[in-house]
Amino acid sequence: MALLEVECVTKRFGGLAALDAVSLSVRQGEIYGLIGPNGAGKTTLFNCMTGLYSVTGGQVRLDGKAIHNRKPHEIVRQGFARTFQNIRLFPNMTALENVMVGRHVRSRASVLGAVLRDKRTRAEEAAIRERAQELLHFVGLGRKGRALASHLAYGEQRRLEIARALATEPRLLALDEPVAGMNPTERRQMADFFRKLRDTGVSLLLIEHDVKLVMGLCDRVAVLDYGKKIAEGAPEAVQRDPAVIAAYLGVEAA
Amino acid sequence: MPVIKFFRQRPQLTLLLLAVLLAVLPFLVGAGLGKSWIRVLDFALLYVLLALGLNIVVGYAGLLDLGYIAFYALGAYLYAWLASPHFGLHLPFWAVLPIGALLAGLFGVLLGAPTLRLRGDYLAIVTLGFGEIIRIFMNNLNAPVNITNGPQGMNLIDPIAFGDFTFKGTHHFFGIAFSSAHLYYYLFLGFVLLAMLIALRLQDSRIGRAWAAIREDEVAAAAMGINTRNVKLLAFAMGATFGGLAGGLFAAFQGFISPESFGLMESIMILCMIVLGGMGNIPGVILGAVLLTVLPEALRYLGDAQRALLGHVALDPADLRMLLFGVALILMMLFRPEGLLPSRRRQRELHPEDGPGEQASLYDSRG
Ligand SMILES: Nc1ncnc2c1ncn2[C@@H]1O[C@H](COP(=O)(O)OP(=O)(O)OP(=O)(O)O)[C@@H](O)[C@H]1O
Ligand SMILES: [Mg+2]
Repeated sequence: MALLEVECVTKRFGGLAALDAVSLSVRQGEIYGLIGPNGAGKTTLFNCMTGLYSVTGGQVRLDGKAIHNRKPHEIVRQGFARTFQNIRLFPNMTALENVMVGRHVRSRASVLGAVLRDKRTRAEEAAIRERAQELLHFVGLGRKGRALASHLAYGEQRRLEIARALATEPRLLALDEPVAGMNPTERRQMADFFRKLRDTGVSLLLIEHDVKLVMGLCDRVAVLDYGKKIAEGAPEAVQRDPAVIAAYLGVEAA
Repeated sequence: MPVIKFFRQRPQLTLLLLAVLLAVLPFLVGAGLGKSWIRVLDFALLYVLLALGLNIVVGYAGLLDLGYIAFYALGAYLYAWLASPHFGLHLPFWAVLPIGALLAGLFGVLLGAPTLRLRGDYLAIVTLGFGEIIRIFMNNLNAPVNITNGPQGMNLIDPIAFGDFTFKGTHHFFGIAFSSAHLYYYLFLGFVLLAMLIALRLQDSRIGRAWAAIREDEVAAAAMGINTRNVKLLAFAMGATFGGLAGGLFAAFQGFISPESFGLMESIMILCMIVLGGMGNIPGVILGAVLLTVLPEALRYLGDAQRALLGHVALDPADLRMLLFGVALILMMLFRPEGLLPSRRRQRELHPEDGPGEQASLYDSRG
């Protein structure tokens, strides 16, 4: 059984079918790429999978459990986290605090615990802080913990968002254009980082416009166009697919 | 400032001095300004309690609540029902206060639940309506069954009492006379310190971070695993609990309550306290509450001053109060929107030009 199964997911906004019976599956330990021209429905699919949008039809399953139309926090608890195309950090909190928020779902302190500061709560709080610091280090922001999220450079913000998502202990991490706005060197570093991340046991689902990066990084790729999946498979095969060339790569080749 | 630095470096000394000052304050105030000012002090503490509660909802969780006074009213009426001749019940305060706080907390959830999807202005309107509904109920529930005694309100409410020792009248300890206002001062001070501790600890906890997160970006907070519904309801409930407790204390202290004390102006006043002082920051909230309780009282003297100088009252001090109050708020919004003693987080939010934030905003429009 695949880790994530998307089955015939349809999403309508009024008359517009942003997603039209899209099916795909992500296997455990895989880096899965999702590509397609602007407005193809990639972000909409992410929103449907992570509970921000309800689906009009179809199913999404994580480890065999249905997660479509569930609350976002329930889906995160199941082990599925995401980042946003238009970076959504908590701008006036520090980098460390941002990551600590990600630990919320994996910690338990109640109001009573917080007020009494009993031994368990103190230990939990220390563990949250320590894990958050480790994650900052892991994404290369080890010394930026005290900086405000909004004061970080653009690439740093992207990495901070990944650290925050990782703090929820996901098995599957969905990244929406994680290298957008980065220069080629940064992109290469990020690609290495994603491999490293995969080696820690996190499967990745990646929306990306940089076709070269996707082809070099992903185990499998799906192509969306006007809300429909027009191809899926190994990068080389997808690259040669006439439908894909027509819809997407063809534009670049021309 | 060098003075502040001096005390910063000596936290124990500062704390000791502060404790001594707070302990003798009612006597200083009583001797210096007159007996009536001790009651002003008591009210200042009640408002601090209220402002600390509202600060959880507005300052921490970012939910604009304009009906907060309703919880104060609920606490006060519950105290009156359970400890006055109205129903002939005279339960002890240590039973009534927690019940009132819990009832208010429950109503906090009841108000919160239907408003979860609302934000900002819309939430403000709905909560404002809720506050008015409660007040109108209190005003009209005197027929067919007399529950609230309508606009006349309820009186002869039991004072706080430990067995035979009641907070009414003057008591002598060690040859010092403690009036009722003195005794309530110490009681209220105790509750304020407790509320401060609770608020400070919550702020700096998993729960406090969740509140801050939904205030910053609710969608991102949900996508990071925060159950936004529960966390918001918790903020409403916590704030309302503080309000209910303050209401009970108010009823016992005043001995008389009527719907008049729980109007919209009161809600706005408490909101102004935290805005003026510095939303989200405990010392700021306390400063705001004290200033806005004490200053209007001080302005009353302007009437006497006019009479002495001009022979008549040219400008009614009550009008003048509102005028000065309005001018002060406008000036604040223009020059120091983060409040007198802001939290660091809010200061950054309202003065983004202080840091290298432009780079991020360049990309923010992408999406
Ligand atoms: N909340 C919404 N309401 C109405 N229409 C929407 C909404 N969200 C997305 N759409 C529409 O759905 C379509 C797919 O948008 P989506 O953002 O998923 O594309 P995308 O593949 O992520 O594109 P890009 O590469 O530009 O990010 C677009 O036509 C968009 O206008
Ligand atoms: Mg997109």
